[in-house]
Amino acid sequence: MTKLAPVLSAHWDEKDSFTLEGYKRHGGYTASAKALAMDPDAVIQLVKDSGLRGRGGAGFPTGMKWGFIPQGDNKDHYLVVNADESEPGTCKDTPLLMANPHVLIEGCIIACHAIRAKHAFIYIRGEVTHVVRRVNQAIEDAYAAGILGNGIDVVLHIGAGAYICGEETALLDSLEGFRGQPRLRPPFPAIAGLYARPTVVNNVESIASVPAIIKNGAEWYQSMGTEKSKGTTLYSLSGHVVNPGQFEAPLGITLREILDLAGGVRPGHKLKFWTPGGSSTPLFTDAHLDTPLDYEGVAAAGSMLGTKALQIFDETTCVVRAVLRWTEFYKHESCGKCTPCREGTWWLVQILRDLEAGKGTEADLAKLLDLCDNIMGRSFCALGDGATSPITSSIKYFRDEYIAHLTHGACPFDPVASTLFAGAGA
Amino acid sequence: MAYSDEDFQVMDSIIKRYPRSRSAIMPLLHYVQSKAGYVTNEGIEVIAKVLQLEAAEVTAVSTFYTQYKPTPVGEYHVGVCTNTLCAVMGGDAIFDSLKDHLGIGNDEVTADGKVSLEHIECNAACDYAPVVMANWEFYDNQTVESAKELVDSMRAGNPKPPTRGPNKLVTWKEASAVLAGLNDGLAHEGVQAGEPTLLGLKLSKEGK
Repeated sequence: MTKLAPVLSAHWDEKDSFTLEGYKRHGGYTASAKALAMDPDAVIQLVKDSGLRGRGGAGFPTGMKWGFIPQGDNKDHYLVVNADESEPGTCKDTPLLMANPHVLIEGCIIACHAIRAKHAFIYIRGEVTHVVRRVNQAIEDAYAAGILGNGIDVVLHIGAGAYICGEETALLDSLEGFRGQPRLRPPFPAIAGLYARPTVVNNVESIASVPAIIKNGAEWYQSMGTEKSKGTTLYSLSGHVVNPGQFEAPLGITLREILDLAGGVRPGHKLKFWTPGGSSTPLFTDAHLDTPLDYEGVAAAGSMLGTKALQIFDETTCVVRAVLRWTEFYKHESCGKCTPCREGTWWLVQILRDLEAGKGTEADLAKLLDLCDNIMGRSFCALGDGATSPITSSIKYFRDEYIAHLTHGACPFDPVASTLFAGAGA
Repeated sequence: MAYSDEDFQVMDSIIKRYPRSRSAIMPLLHYVQSKAGYVTNEGIEVIAKVLQLEAAEVTAVSTFYTQYKPTPVGEYHVGVCTNTLCAVMGGDAIFDSLKDHLGIGNDEVTADGKVSLEHIECNAACDYAPVVMANWEFYDNQTVESAKELVDSMRAGNPKPPTRGPNKLVTWKEASAVLAGLNDGLAHEGVQAGEPTLLGLKLSKEGK
């Protein structure tokens, strides 16, 4: 049995965990002091040695990303933290920032030192007023305490409701004051990012993981997790479970183990399908309960670890309804820049609406898969790819359920049965 | 409304946060909403003036982002998450019942100007589903009944406090100022975390 291992979440149960005082009580800002006394290249090497990989979904090695920043180029360098947490199911960075914004600021200081940047920007989504307050206050308090402003500045930039801005180059365009649309790569942000300067874009959890690594060393971090997926991470369990919540564990824990901790699927019901890392990661079923939830394990089983957003749906849930709703989301959030995504997601919605209402034909399933084939890998950014994941995976595992809608001439499920309130005692 | 010298000073301080002025468009749009309640033509012109851009350039940005409202919203803007997980868990039922209860549709405002309604996408609180937001503050674990009580309390002028947020729900304009990056001094209020956020930590302390 894998044991939980709270590192990021270790002190969230203290009422003042979000304050400077609360953070300092547990050694806050000692890691940045240590890092600032180190050679920047040694900091990069330490983070490389730790095995830390990006927690925003792609899993790219963090230290390697920092190492791509050209040195001695006499240009300004920037660190940009992606706090635009919007992937459906994903809910880890938001509670982290509400409970402990200072760990992100300390991580920013260390990362800025490593990549020789004087400026960090935290791009937070705009739909979380109280989290904005907490981060803003933490930055103010860090300035007042002389922690920031001595060569490293942190600026909070608040978004305004656009999922696409979680894509790193769309985020950069948005931060520069434009519509948030992805850029063609190359050049990559490490060469021409914010204001066309070398830029590192990292997820909140990635940067927040750095102070503990500096403090405890690469070996300590390496000692947790699996062969190629090191350390601990936040798994976010939601949906039809007895006790949803955040579970910080070494990489490689399984859904079966997390469900055991959470009291299982709600009483009288059984697991039907789930996402391992948000709606853009292909669906899993009860056949994947023992898949190790690390980067390699999930990929080998045909999906992606993504943001470790474990959304659990029991047998009362209509998979066609679920997929239609996600598809409507991708259509709404498509930025419109490239044709396969802009037009493709629109057509996906039309066909899925018909199917869910029992009005389509079996040929529509082939048409859906053909559309997905024309979007996947042909779009500017990963939004288009992500839009196809729930569709192709649901047809793979639940083709019969799509057909059942057609033979019934309507959705055969009762939506009331899947609600939280109807589920009580059911 | 006219923008005062003091307003222009605030806008100047927002612009100074950035190495390049154009980056200030988004906080300035939030700031305009804090003054006027929505993105007015006047607000667009003011932003264009202070950033030395064309009004069309500012409009192009404003219309891209769903939080910038082209028409007035209520004093309390209510968003019901109807992305898949919340929808399945009860968000669809909550949204339908609020439309009935308030007699308004999506993106509409009650006649008294108190409450507006919008179905929103995933708001990063899935372990608290079904989730309702008001002025982008969290109202966790909602039911049809609790959501109706919430909007009734708004219309009565005494809104219930957020689950994870300040002790009192601020107005739409006040929240917009926070989103422009202005500190309203309420960061210390409210819980540091809700129960689901702390579940793994609690179990770990029990030896799990």
